[in-house]
Amino acid sequence: MRISLTSIFVDDQRAALAFYTDVLGFTKHHDIPLGEASWLTVVSPEDPDGPELLLEPAGHPAVKPYRDALVEDGIPLVQFAVDDVHAEHERLVARGVMFTQPPTDAGPVIMAVLDDTCGNLVQIVSERPA
Amino acid sequence: MADVFRALDDETRRLLLDELVARDGRTLFELCTTLVTRHGLSSSRQAISQHLGVLEDAGLVVTERRGRTKIHHFRGEPLAAITQRWPASRKDTP
Repeated sequence: MRISLTSIFVDDQRAALAFYTDVLGFTKHHDIPLGEASWLTVVSPEDPDGPELLLEPAGHPAVKPYRDALVEDGIPLVQFAVDDVHAEHERLVARGVMFTQPPTDAGPVIMAVLDDTCGNLVQIVSERPA
Repeated sequence: MADVFRALDDETRRLLLDELVARDGRTLFELCTTLVTRHGLSSSRQAISQHLGVLEDAGLVVTERRGRTKIHHFRGEPLAAITQRWPASRKDTP
C-alpha cells in the first residue's frame, strides 16, 4: 500500500490552483471537470510521480466549522518538505504570503506555518543543518 | 491582584509567559509545539488552552486576530501593580 493522493478542502478551486502553483511552486497534474467542480490535483516538480494533492471544494457544511477551529488555533492541515525553511519563508513573504508562525526550531526540524488563502494553514519543514 | 498570583502559581503558565516574552505574538499551535520540543512538557493542547485562559483572565495575556488565527501577546502591567504595592527597592532606607 502506498500513499498516492491526499486532499485538502479549498474555498475556491481556481484561486487554490493559482496559489499552489504560482506561489508555492507545485505543478498542475489533473484538472478534470466533474459537474460544478473539477478533479484538480497538483504534484511537486521535484517529485512528479510522487503523491498528488487534491484541491477539493469546501462545500460540505461540516468543512467550515472544522477548518475554522483549526485555523483559529494555528493548527496546520498539511505539511510540505522544503530544503531550507528560512529561505522559503523569505521567498514567500516577498510574495505577500502571511505566516502565522515564522521559522521555529522544533527539535530535529525547523518549521513554519503559512496561510494558503484558501482556508487552510500549511506547515513547511526542513531538517535542521547538522 | 489575586488572579495574578494564582496565574503565576504554575510552572506551565510561567513557561508560557517566558516563551511570549522571548517572542511575542504566537498561536496556540506554536506554544504547544514549543512546550513539547523545548521544555519537554507533554500537556494536551486542551490543557495549554486552559492555562492560556487563566493567564488571559489575569490580564497577563491578551489575544488578537491575525486574519482568522488567534494570536497571544504578553502584558506586563498586572506585574507592575505588584511592585507598586511592594516596591522592589525601599525608599525609606538610605
